[in-house]
Amino acid sequence: MAINLDAALGIHPQTLDFRVERSKMLAGNLANAETPGYKAQDLDFKAVMTQINSGMDVGRDYQTAYRVPYEASADQNTVELGKEQARYSQNSMDYQTSLTFLNMKISGLRSAIEGQ
Amino acid sequence: MSFGEIYNIAGAGMHAQTIRLNTVASNLANAGAAAETPEQAYRALKPVFTTVYNETQQGKASGAQIEVSAIVESDAPLDLRYEPDHPFANEQGYVAYSNVNTVEEMADMMAASRSFETNVEVMNRARSMQQGLLQLGNK
Repeated sequence: MAINLDAALGIHPQTLDFRVERSKMLAGNLANAETPGYKAQDLDFKAVMTQINSGMDVGRDYQTAYRVPYEASADQNTVELGKEQARYSQNSMDYQTSLTFLNMKISGLRSAIEGQ
Repeated sequence: MSFGEIYNIAGAGMHAQTIRLNTVASNLANAGAAAETPEQAYRALKPVFTTVYNETQQGKASGAQIEVSAIVESDAPLDLRYEPDHPFANEQGYVAYSNVNTVEEMADMMAASRSFETNVEVMNRARSMQQGLLQLGNK
């Protein structure tokens, strides 16, 4: 009986990758918080989950979208610093969550292999 | 999964903010400088920030770096003061002082150092994320 590692680890490696890509994008937004004309971007988690649930192979082809700002700024920059920081912080917590799930999966597999 | 790019983005951000702080320091240091002619007067330096997009192989999901594309001189009017006794005074008795706005520079300095700290924090967080990944599967 072979263990299919991809199936055993479930969705978590994919979400972990998504979180890293998203934190890259949010880091870019934070770095450009004061660049005139910069448009804040984000990745759509919901779209990725829908793709995964419908059995599609998502790969690394994530959908990016521009953020709709709550208030317009004079220099056409759409980064809202506080909100962006909150998103970055939440995204890295979500990353930790995926990491924890992955760790739990691995320790489950380890118990199965060692038979203890 | 590439953390390298996050370090690049945050590093470029820190670099850009350092340049901005350098111009602020230069402006504040020269705030009271007088010149013999208006052409020689010190004009406040302002960095121009632009965005550089990093493309992935798929051409999507890229990060955005920041870059200082130019440092321009402010074209705000010079501060002409009537000081006939000053050795640099012209025939009308006016001396050309730099066009640095000290209050604006101080505010800019605070914004730049805040922005720098944000980038440092982004980098720290990315590091702890990577550390967690490296310890994956440890008991």
